[in-house]
Amino acid sequence: MTARQHDSSVYEQVQASERFQELKRRFRAWTFPMTAAFLVWYLLYVVLSGWARDFMGIKVLGNINVALIFGFLQFVSTFGIAWAYSRHMEKKIDPIADEIRHEIEGRTE
Amino acid sequence: MSSQTLSTILFLLFVAATLGITFWASRQTKTAADYYAGGRSFSGAQNGLAIGGDYMSAASFLGIAGIIALSGYDGFLYSIGFLVAWLVALLLVAELMRNSGKFTMADVLAFRMSPRPVRTAAGVSTITVSIFYLLAQMVGAGALVGLLLGVTSPTGKALTIVGVGILMIVYVVVGGMKGTTWVQIVKAVLLMGGATLVTLLVLGKYGFNLSGLLGDAAAQSGKGEAFLKPGLKYGTEAQGLAGKLDLISLGLALVLGTAGLPHILIRFYTVPTAKDARKSVLWGIGIIGSFYLLTLVLGFGAAAVVGTGTIVAQDKAGNIAAPMLAQEIGRLIFGEVGGTILLAVIAAVAFATILAVVAGLTLASSSSFAHDLYAHVFKRGNVTDKEEVVVARISAFVIGAVAIGLGILAQGQNVAFLVALAFAVAASGNLPAILYSLFWKDFNTSGAVSAIYGGLVSALLLVVFSPVVSGSATSLFPDADFAWFPLSNPGLVSIPIGFLAGWIGTRLSKEYNASKYAEIEVRALTGVGAEKAAEH
Repeated sequence: MTARQHDSSVYEQVQASERFQELKRRFRAWTFPMTAAFLVWYLLYVVLSGWARDFMGIKVLGNINVALIFGFLQFVSTFGIAWAYSRHMEKKIDPIADEIRHEIEGRTE
Repeated sequence: MSSQTLSTILFLLFVAATLGITFWASRQTKTAADYYAGGRSFSGAQNGLAIGGDYMSAASFLGIAGIIALSGYDGFLYSIGFLVAWLVALLLVAELMRNSGKFTMADVLAFRMSPRPVRTAAGVSTITVSIFYLLAQMVGAGALVGLLLGVTSPTGKALTIVGVGILMIVYVVVGGMKGTTWVQIVKAVLLMGGATLVTLLVLGKYGFNLSGLLGDAAAQSGKGEAFLKPGLKYGTEAQGLAGKLDLISLGLALVLGTAGLPHILIRFYTVPTAKDARKSVLWGIGIIGSFYLLTLVLGFGAAAVVGTGTIVAQDKAGNIAAPMLAQEIGRLIFGEVGGTILLAVIAAVAFATILAVVAGLTLASSSSFAHDLYAHVFKRGNVTDKEEVVVARISAFVIGAVAIGLGILAQGQNVAFLVALAFAVAASGNLPAILYSLFWKDFNTSGAVSAIYGGLVSALLLVVFSPVVSGSATSLFPDADFAWFPLSNPGLVSIPIGFLAGWIGTRLSKEYNASKYAEIEVRALTGVGAEKAAEH
């Protein structure tokens, strides 16, 4: 049967379990601060583009200026965070999530 | 052979190939899960390409290259917002949504709430956002084909819009999600191929010396050094504080809107598991990021090789910068014939881009109409799978017809703001509702309905009273003036309103279902009971 017919108390028990709370903590403790960090980093870039144009125009390498390097770093950080997220999920989240899922599926079949 | 004939032939080849795929897909589309979610059988890499295909619209291909060619650095700012936005989708939305939803965005919201009001709100918002986006693309298609094929009469442009509309209806009605996804994949490959080719030719001409290219671009733009830094288009010094706040507002809407766009959200359902959803977003980020780096070279390349003045003389908005660059660089390197061929290739890729994006939007809005409004609101869930798919197909047809009609009526209007508006509404209404649903224990029906309508209505009203609609020479109604809101993008105000409305709405209602919250939280994080891939 599908999960829809599960006795919902199963979910409440799982939710209250230490294992699940650990899973939730690990997920949030990584993604929430990281989200805040990349949003601040991005907004810093937008704000500098609006209010610090002389700084953004400083030439660093030939015609390549701070604005271009800053923009390029946004690409680098996006790729880097995406990669780090998938590493974090594979190492810290997937094993517990799979374990809990198998346990619930075993319990209700 | 002229370039126009050649690009028409190439485009017809694309149409023939994608129609073939669509009819093949239709034979494998039997159940609702097939129609709405392509049987959930795409791999992460395939769906990642399709995400790129859905996302890289003509607005971002031709539009961003055009903005860079005309206003320099500011176009890059736009593309960075579009890219960083994918982190919100990856970290907070994609996997949890795949685990707890079924076919539409509303599935996640309605999970622990009173289904009818929530599905109505989500359906209204989905259809509004998709139609805005769709309309911008349709009008853009008419203008673009006009420029590329030399079709200048209003009738010719209207016929183009009808043609694009009919093809999009066929893709969606016949092929469902499976056909549409393959159209996106083919288009993404063609677009990446075409953009990479032109980029390499441009870089090659400059001996892979980026600084040299930038120097030439600045010189040929007629704007000098200023061309390479922010400030020529968004938040110019002449606009003062309002202009700069508008820049922040646009940035916020771009970065928070993506994870609330319905046609993007339904892509997460086309893969078998949450891990594949993660993989598809990783692929998507790789493709979209690389693509925006290519458009940077295309835009500056167009300014350097073609010259900003020459581009503006052809098209004031600069949308034709990339095709013109293709022609010029081909001519410089391979002679006249090379220029003709390269222009034809890029023009055909641009048509393919428009077609694929409008198909994705039509699918998203018709799915929401059939699954949320018809099946769950009107029929209270008492419909068979088969009936729902029939309704979805009919609504795709109707929405497509409406889009054609509106597209013809809006011809010649400056509707580019509709894309930014779609992002603003998605960020103000949909995103708060989705995030609260997934992460906030107390969130309830009243909160969800308040967030969606609060964000949607405030974004729409602020645009109505903004310089976009009245009060300036470039407004929709240049002769009227009722613009008291100074920003052309409402995000800075409407996004906080959406989040706040969701919070207040939640607090005003006592509804709270602990066992349902336990269920969605456990399901979202562990994947228990997630919808499985169809077996064929």
